[in-house]
Amino acid sequence: MPKIARSLWMNGFIGVVLLVVFGVAPGFYANTSILFQMMMYIVLAQGVNVLYGFTGYLPFGYVGFFGAGAYGASLAIQMGHLPGSVAMGVGAMVSVVLGLVLLPLLRLAGAYFAIGSMAAAEIVYYVVSNPALDKVTNGPYGIQLVQSYHPVESYAFMVGALGLVTLGVMILRHSRIGMALLALREDSVSAAMIGINVVTARAGVWLASALVAGLAGAIFAWHTSVFYPTTVFDLNISVFAIVFTLFGGAGTVLGPTVGVVVLFGLYNVIGISSPQYFQLLFGVLIVTLVLFLPNGVVSLLRRRGWDVP
Amino acid sequence: MQTFRVEGRLLRILFYAIISGMLFGLFFALMSLGLNLLFGVMRMVNLAHGDFVMVGAFIAYVAYTHGILSPWLGLALVIVILGGLGFVLYFPIGPRLTGSYDPEMLSLILFFGVSQILEALAVMVFGNNPVAVGYHVLTVKPVNLLGQAYQPSWILAAGVSVIVILAVYGYLYHTRLGYATRAIMGDREESESTGINVHRVSAIVFALGLVTAGLAGVLSPLVIGSIYPTMGLGLTITAFAVVIIGSLGNPLGSILGGLIYGISLMLMETYLSTWSTMVPYVLLLLILLLRPTGLLGKGVRRA
Repeated sequence: MPKIARSLWMNGFIGVVLLVVFGVAPGFYANTSILFQMMMYIVLAQGVNVLYGFTGYLPFGYVGFFGAGAYGASLAIQMGHLPGSVAMGVGAMVSVVLGLVLLPLLRLAGAYFAIGSMAAAEIVYYVVSNPALDKVTNGPYGIQLVQSYHPVESYAFMVGALGLVTLGVMILRHSRIGMALLALREDSVSAAMIGINVVTARAGVWLASALVAGLAGAIFAWHTSVFYPTTVFDLNISVFAIVFTLFGGAGTVLGPTVGVVVLFGLYNVIGISSPQYFQLLFGVLIVTLVLFLPNGVVSLLRRRGWDVP
Repeated sequence: MQTFRVEGRLLRILFYAIISGMLFGLFFALMSLGLNLLFGVMRMVNLAHGDFVMVGAFIAYVAYTHGILSPWLGLALVIVILGGLGFVLYFPIGPRLTGSYDPEMLSLILFFGVSQILEALAVMVFGNNPVAVGYHVLTVKPVNLLGQAYQPSWILAAGVSVIVILAVYGYLYHTRLGYATRAIMGDREESESTGINVHRVSAIVFALGLVTAGLAGVLSPLVIGSIYPTMGLGLTITAFAVVIIGSLGNPLGSILGGLIYGISLMLMETYLSTWSTMVPYVLLLLILLLRPTGLLGKGVRRA
């Protein structure tokens, strides 16, 4: 079998396994909240993966899009009286619009981009949660979506989002655009010289990852239905998504998924009862990863000559 | 007559905002000086900077709980503890990072891990609740200056900050090691080839960076109020704002950045108080996008 075809097949396998597991699991395992959040983090980690793994931009303020999606969808439900399923699209679109506004951030590189995007997310948070805007966003007092509460439908939506995002990353990895992006990440000047449109490619990926985070945020808002600005703009959401991605290995489909399942699973075992021990472990893990395994766990498989999807 | 009196009061409020902003800003200049030093010398983005400030604050807290009501012992302890820690911590981290393919990015992630460790340890030892450090100077009566009352605690914090900043300048511009440090800031490889022991100088600068952060931490109860283990991240972002306003990699920029930050924060708090929390972030983004090299930048940054 040609290499690309086999890799595609393996990718598809991961997608199908994920869909089946998360589709069937609520029948066996009562704590759907953990399952839901695990899916949410896989979606977010894939969004970070698309941006960081394919372009090298590390979005510390990724949570800005998540929160924008959550608030966009909530306002569409509260003020526009839209049904939940339509509001999800609105939330994702609000996040894409925010992405368009923040496009100038892509002029920055490396650490400056990471810090700049974090500042941008904080600004969005302070605007949304500002008491001066309590007529629109209810300021710091949060959102309550009683009229649209539907845990089963929103769970199904998250399964769908998970499938779409996994499929999207899978296609991206083997498409012309994906290869162009990898070339860009390694050396943008050479990539531009062989005819890759640097600006369009980067902007496209940026908006795509904004869309993914916005969708995740919107579905989260729908599923939770009661939340505060501090919940959906919690910087820890970015941080979790980034660490999960790095732990597994950026630039692959398998890496972020493995990262979320292992680390978020671990978080649920010890992180909720004694968060400070988990945080300590988390910190030690990050330091160890950067010093000894900067390409993630899947690079261990690669070293043995395996092809990692 | 009536309008004259109102105008006079408005002017006094403006004056108060500017002077207290300068006092505030000098403290923040000290708080962010270490971040700038580390970036200038090692190209390291220390995302745990605010957490080292937090460590300094808790060292002061420990001294305070043992009955010492002035900040001086805390300052001395910080120099010994964080200085030693920095010197020791550099050798497992520094050479590996500066030799890696992308020191800026990897150090960003690595120090994020360090900040998680410090935060977790602080929560384990001191708990999650904010604690107060009741220095004596906090209870001293306000000082009158140009018809306005200023907190003596702020004046003390600003004064100590100025002394420490001057000391760092003395080191950078009037000692042999300082010359070596500035040589490494200019060009790492070149200075290595002239026989400077790059790693030893870097370790000293790393320790110096942590010490200045810790000293700011000891002073922080005077300016910021109560202290808590998770205060680090917000301080880190403020420090980044201050450093980037000035210009990354140029320690002189920290002072300018601190003053601009302090004055604009105080003006916002006086005139538009609900939006004042946004000031560091907005300043940071504006400077990053409009003048990526910072106000004093000379093309040091490669953004």
